[in-house]
Amino acid sequence: MPSYVILEKCDGCKGQDKTACMYICPNDLMVLDKEKMKAWNRAPEMCWECYNCVKICPQQAIDVRGYADFVPMGASCVPLRGSEDIMWTVKFRSGQVKRFKFPIRKTAEGTAVPDGGYGEVTTDLASQCLYNEPAALKLDALPTVKK
Amino acid sequence: MANFENVEVTTDILLCGGGMAACGAAVEAAYWAAKNNLKVTLVDKAAMDRSGAVAMGLSAINQYVDINSGNNTVEDYVRYVRNDLMGIAREDLVYDIARHVDSSVHLFEKWGLPIWLDADGKYVHEGRWQLMINGESYKVIVAEAAKNALVKYGHEYFERVFITTPLMDGDRVAGAVGFSTREDKFYIFKAKAVLAAMGGAVHVFKPRSTGEGLGRAWYPPWNSGSSLYFTLIAGAEQTCQEVRFIPVRFKDGYGPVGAWFLLFKSRATNAFGGEYMVERKDELAKWGEYGKVKPIPANLRNYLGMLDEFEGKGPIFMRTEEAIQKIANALKDDPKAYKKKMKELEAEAWEDFLDMTISQAILWAGTNVQPEEKASEIAAAEPYFIGSHSGASGAWVSGPKDLAPKEYFWGYEYMSTVKGLFCAGDATGASSHKFSSGSHAEGRAAGKAMVRFVVENNTQPKVDAANVETLKKEILKPMDLFVEFGAKSSDPNINPEFMKPKMFMFRLQKIMDEYAAGVTSGFKTNKAKLERALELLNWLKEDSEKLAAEDLHELMRCHENIQRMYQAEVHVRTILFREETRWPGYYFRNDFPAIDEANWKVFVNATYKNGAWEMKKVPVLSIVN
Repeated sequence: MPSYVILEKCDGCKGQDKTACMYICPNDLMVLDKEKMKAWNRAPEMCWECYNCVKICPQQAIDVRGYADFVPMGASCVPLRGSEDIMWTVKFRSGQVKRFKFPIRKTAEGTAVPDGGYGEVTTDLASQCLYNEPAALKLDALPTVKK
Repeated sequence: MANFENVEVTTDILLCGGGMAACGAAVEAAYWAAKNNLKVTLVDKAAMDRSGAVAMGLSAINQYVDINSGNNTVEDYVRYVRNDLMGIAREDLVYDIARHVDSSVHLFEKWGLPIWLDADGKYVHEGRWQLMINGESYKVIVAEAAKNALVKYGHEYFERVFITTPLMDGDRVAGAVGFSTREDKFYIFKAKAVLAAMGGAVHVFKPRSTGEGLGRAWYPPWNSGSSLYFTLIAGAEQTCQEVRFIPVRFKDGYGPVGAWFLLFKSRATNAFGGEYMVERKDELAKWGEYGKVKPIPANLRNYLGMLDEFEGKGPIFMRTEEAIQKIANALKDDPKAYKKKMKELEAEAWEDFLDMTISQAILWAGTNVQPEEKASEIAAAEPYFIGSHSGASGAWVSGPKDLAPKEYFWGYEYMSTVKGLFCAGDATGASSHKFSSGSHAEGRAAGKAMVRFVVENNTQPKVDAANVETLKKEILKPMDLFVEFGAKSSDPNINPEFMKPKMFMFRLQKIMDEYAAGVTSGFKTNKAKLERALELLNWLKEDSEKLAAEDLHELMRCHENIQRMYQAEVHVRTILFREETRWPGYYFRNDFPAIDEANWKVFVNATYKNGAWEMKKVPVLSIVN
């Protein structure tokens, strides 16, 4: 079933113009049933199990059940994504549980400066250097070949 | 006709796509465009934070040349790529991407991407060219910088607008049309230069899993050949469209193997404990000078494993338990250090999947796999079109002035043979092994070249309004067909007047699988099979006029599958034209079972104009000895 919506937790992102899962799904699979105010995955067989809907859901109302055509039942991977780390709870078919925590970014969300702080190094449109090169390469000059 | 409102957007530079290459183009073009009073518009069919091939994240950066360290040169990288692709590579493009890629990686780090560092603060290499990262949010971070650049300089971006077709003014691109996947709106983008950076193609071939697991392709299922279709229909010459990529990955989940092979130094063994890379070494001698190089080309490594499978010696196992034990055993006299190391290796192994292929982690959990205790199966997946990886399919583009031989240079790097139409990422051919970071770097270089093109060709191409209306009618036709005939049958999917995109895709996949060297035909084909494929594809093309859509989502699916169909056709035609077998682990021509350096050490380029195909050989010119 890939990603599925836990009905008792989903509130259809009420008050928003679209649900978080509809906003994020790279494959346009999540839809809101406006009568029931519940989201659903309209084509589970086209789901990549990228977990972006699971990670973004403000209600933690989406989970993934591994592809039934090759994954034995009973396992799950549940993420909890914060601003710096992601925590995973991996449940095995045997009942064993493992937890992992990995960093996801080192800067505050929204603060990526396009030039990376290297500044406008090359201002000539005809140069082969991109605008923050060669500084951003940590080189004195852009490599080239002798023709 | 379906009642869609027209939305007209006039811009200078149109970036089609929102993945790594388009984000690279955005950060660079935004700057140069603002300096030259030009406007940039980016259009993504999804949300930029999680669109494209890196949407789930990645656990490694596969291209970092590390020029600054003095360990590698750009020339080293060119030689590596040239060998991996069996001699067929545009060295000028590979060189250009390789000389810019380190700055993209340095930018990623500044933007916040955690790159693994060793005790001395140096990047941890997975292999010579690969870096280990904590890449869950890789795309979020790269998209953020792109969006910040667009906003900072007063440009704009659209999400959930699906680009279908180029607009042309004679031999120059004039923009693109498409539709919103959220509301009944038809978009007409008029531009002076257009970038195609809409990814490669998945689901052209029948995947190994066809139930729920249909979506568990190795490359994401939303990559539908949009770049190929867009550039081909514009009239752009294509290259290396025979060079598909077949990844060998953990079976079914398609989890990455790079860390296991390169970082953990794992072996792969067959059912009898034999190692195909050792036992079949002599086979390499049949593949010319490329069988002698190190590292052994990806397709030859594939081929040796495939030979084991063909002889019934599968399954092939990645010996994870052996590799982990070997690393930890170095510490066996120190129980505390041993335990710590095992814990660390376990976390690294799981992160490798959880950062980029979570399905593989569920599969491990569902089958109670502890990698330190039990080996896991690996297998060759179905074929993909991904010019950024070890495949090479894409458009034929100009090289940079200082690098390109004159035959490969027509004014603006990354411009296709169509004036004003630029390409990056999977859209560009013959410039393999750029992966995520190189695609970003290539996008940046293309973004700058586009601004230079517009400054030097600063006229708005003419867009014929009548032609736009014709295109609109064609593009929305699937919705009209459903409205007209949907009530005729009891099942919305089964109707004598139309077919739905899903079955259309299955028909395409069956043709490609059985006739064009897919999984079930053991990746083998021949002239008669390929000609039969073309016959069947022709009927499919006729039936594409009868695709029907109930809603905007299905309308997108209809067009995605038309794109896949053209990707299929150009692939079949190119395989048919090249009368040799050069990449045996990607596909095998049983009627021409050997490499033929004398006649076929050339690019095969294809063009589609006014319904006619033109195929030709183009010389491979070297710039690095």
